[in-house]
Amino acid sequence: MNTQNMISSVKSTLKSFGLPRIIIGLFLLLLFILAPFVGVNIGTSLSDTLNRFGMNAVMVLAMVPMIHSGCGLNFGLPLGIIAGLLGGTLSMQFNFTGPSSFMMAILFATPFAVILGWGYGQLLNKVKGGEMMIATYVGFSSVAFMCIMWLLLPYSNPTMVWGYSGSGLRTTISTEGYYLHVLNDFFSIRLTEHLTIPTGMFLFFAVLALIIWAFLHTKTGTAMTAVGSNPVFARASGINVDKIRTLSVVMSTWLGAIGILVYQQSFGFIQLYMGPFYMALPAVSAILIGGASVNKATITNVIVGTFLFQGILTMTPSVMNSMIHTDMSEVIRIVVSNGMILYALTRRTEATR
Amino acid sequence: MNEKEAPLLEMRHISKDFFGNQVLSDVNFTLKRGEILGLVGENGAGKSTLMKILFGMDEIHQTGGYGGDILLNGEKVAFATSIEALAAGIGMVHQEFSLLPDFSATENILLNREPLKYTVFSELFGERLNILDREKMTEISEKAIKRLAVPLDPEMLVSQMPVGHKQFTEIARELSKEGTGLVEGIKLLVLDEPTAVLSEQEADSLLKAMRLLAETGIAIIFISHRLQEIIDVCDTIMVMRDGKIMKTGPSKGVAIPDIAKWMVGREVNTSAIVHRVFDYENKDIILALRNLWVDMPGEVVRNVNLDVYKGEIIGIGGMAGQGKLGIPNGAMGLFPAGGHVTFEGKDIPLNSPRNFLDAGMAFVSEDRRGVGLLLDETLEWNVSFTAMQIQEKYLKQYLGGFFKWRDQKAIEEETNGYVKQLEIRCTSTKQKAKELSGGNQQKICLAKAFAVAPKLLFVSEPTRGIDIGAKSLVLKALRKYNEEQGTTIVMISSELEELRAICDRIAIVSDGKVLGILPATTDSAEFGLLMVGQKSEMIDGGSV
Repeated sequence: MNTQNMISSVKSTLKSFGLPRIIIGLFLLLLFILAPFVGVNIGTSLSDTLNRFGMNAVMVLAMVPMIHSGCGLNFGLPLGIIAGLLGGTLSMQFNFTGPSSFMMAILFATPFAVILGWGYGQLLNKVKGGEMMIATYVGFSSVAFMCIMWLLLPYSNPTMVWGYSGSGLRTTISTEGYYLHVLNDFFSIRLTEHLTIPTGMFLFFAVLALIIWAFLHTKTGTAMTAVGSNPVFARASGINVDKIRTLSVVMSTWLGAIGILVYQQSFGFIQLYMGPFYMALPAVSAILIGGASVNKATITNVIVGTFLFQGILTMTPSVMNSMIHTDMSEVIRIVVSNGMILYALTRRTEATR
Repeated sequence: MNEKEAPLLEMRHISKDFFGNQVLSDVNFTLKRGEILGLVGENGAGKSTLMKILFGMDEIHQTGGYGGDILLNGEKVAFATSIEALAAGIGMVHQEFSLLPDFSATENILLNREPLKYTVFSELFGERLNILDREKMTEISEKAIKRLAVPLDPEMLVSQMPVGHKQFTEIARELSKEGTGLVEGIKLLVLDEPTAVLSEQEADSLLKAMRLLAETGIAIIFISHRLQEIIDVCDTIMVMRDGKIMKTGPSKGVAIPDIAKWMVGREVNTSAIVHRVFDYENKDIILALRNLWVDMPGEVVRNVNLDVYKGEIIGIGGMAGQGKLGIPNGAMGLFPAGGHVTFEGKDIPLNSPRNFLDAGMAFVSEDRRGVGLLLDETLEWNVSFTAMQIQEKYLKQYLGGFFKWRDQKAIEEETNGYVKQLEIRCTSTKQKAKELSGGNQQKICLAKAFAVAPKLLFVSEPTRGIDIGAKSLVLKALRKYNEEQGTTIVMISSELEELRAICDRIAIVSDGKVLGILPATTDSAEFGLLMVGQKSEMIDGGSV
């Protein structure tokens, strides 16, 4: 009887963690074990993984509010990213430098995120049940629209515009001198020559994650979860379902805007034009791999998922490259990332109705 | 009948456990040809498991099989799949319909077993190009329907049928199996709660059909929560409790309270709730409905005028589809509605659940899973959510109310209180609502409504689909709540007896209008007349 109990408790623990995560986790561990044997520096690998985790975590966090309110996975993340890009470029345009440029970028991005998110929310309220398909195309079309706007908007900072014409923003803009590494270098800990922990970036994510966690414990946050769990129940409890959904979309869009700024300060470049196009899928996959379903997600899902997804994405190309001695890191990266996305989307689970 | 003849079905020492959890132990019974066996028991007593064993369902094999023997015509059988059970002449009609809505009765009855005709193309391309033999199909289905002696049109689409006819279609399908060469003859029919969704008239004709079938030698196992039906139609009654057979005996002379007692192991009797005399003198009207119309699909309300007095329990009855369910759903604002709802002298704007709740009313929906519960959330959430959102209960406020934090401890205490008070069976208050049985889910819905401490409570079909033990608990809880808190209750139910047990007066709704209001002590025949639209002299529409 006791062994039976033990087996069942072990089983339930494993079940709650989820088989997909165990498999991916073991695979990642295998890559880390293999790395030294094929000549990949473990310190650099770990450092890269941590860095990429920090860069992407906020954008994965941007999935959480919309999942909670039942709007599904935020395939419209590019919309939030565009708000972030506007914030970043405006901050540079007005010549804010150093840490203050990052603060100002967030401030400038906020109104755009709120307005765009509100409109996006209104749209999603009209297409209940088909949110994810619509969201994908909202993302795509907003990117296309902004491709025109980046050329037409009257930016004039010489570090940002095309050199020969003096107008229109470049495809990639360096954040050096502005907010490059403002979070990464904040209290960063250098353990070895190759291994640095970007403390500031982690702290920033932790603060945002804490805010979302706390929000979900408030009255409105509770209502948001209930709306996602059973909208009819929520309505019968006097909740304005559309309002809550719109709020969640605004929150997700804002987090997307902040997410891209965090990404840029670490990456070193602002990528305009088609840059935001492919940002949604990795974030969606990360949270699904982390164990979230279409209408349930926790902060733990975000952390576990981002770590596993980015870990695999960092490790596979470098380990494979060294094993077969040819440079095909980009090909492997594409194969692995799309493979993970495919896998994550097949793992999608829905709630009971 | 020759007494020495082996019984049609004999189950000996049947036992079954699911991973150490004993759900059936030492079940023995026999069934003769043409015998109707009534199988009753609370939800979870083991009725379904027993039927699944008989049918050789996969679920049983996957969980380690069963103990004991099944004998059919004196021969030991063990069905590996339900198809083998079908081939041996056992038919089963499930509680949920498995019919294609856009197919006619005939097509449903013979689905995948249609008689076929050869054509030129089938000579060329094989049997898959055979065409259906429509004439033969109609012939077979008519024959099956005839055995039931019911007015079921074989050409009618299932989507256009009343529920009763759907049930007949299901039974006709089982019967038709002997006509298509699959089986040499249906010998045993298992009916799992066939009357649960039927109105009383429909149920009556089903019971008649069952009798007819039994006369032709088919044995029937009849599972139902409606005990009166069991007594009326069955030859033998078998009562199960906690996986054991508590009682097997002829149905003659058995009364409902006896069965109920065997089922739950204690005295239960809905009629034990004593009728009270409610004093309408000097009582104010708390709720007035004027010219209310509600556009609820299948339950359209056309023009309802109704006064509810403070402190009473008023019942709203009537047949299915006549609009009784539309009244609370419309007043609450879940479906488009118009007219006037006046509560405590104030007009309540319609089509907004928030206004309805803010005024101090609450609604327990008949659609537990769709409207009543957050299936994926904990019991705590289910109980506390409405009160939290409407009345700011269970919240800790910081920064002058800007920040409203969920008070986990208060929620837990409140939920535990209701779990004890309403005897909700759960492992903990952290359990998810979807894991509870129907009766316990209903109690959670009540707890949710009680938590907002309403002045007026609408309760819609509170006992639908729950067993007799839970039923009497729910009804008692409502009466108690009414007496202790002074809450006015408007209860909507299809079961007249239940309304008569706890209400002070009962309004009968037909065709979207209130036909008349009678004191609950009125003879049930009088209500019956009213439901079919015949007013006797003593009814004067609307007065007390």
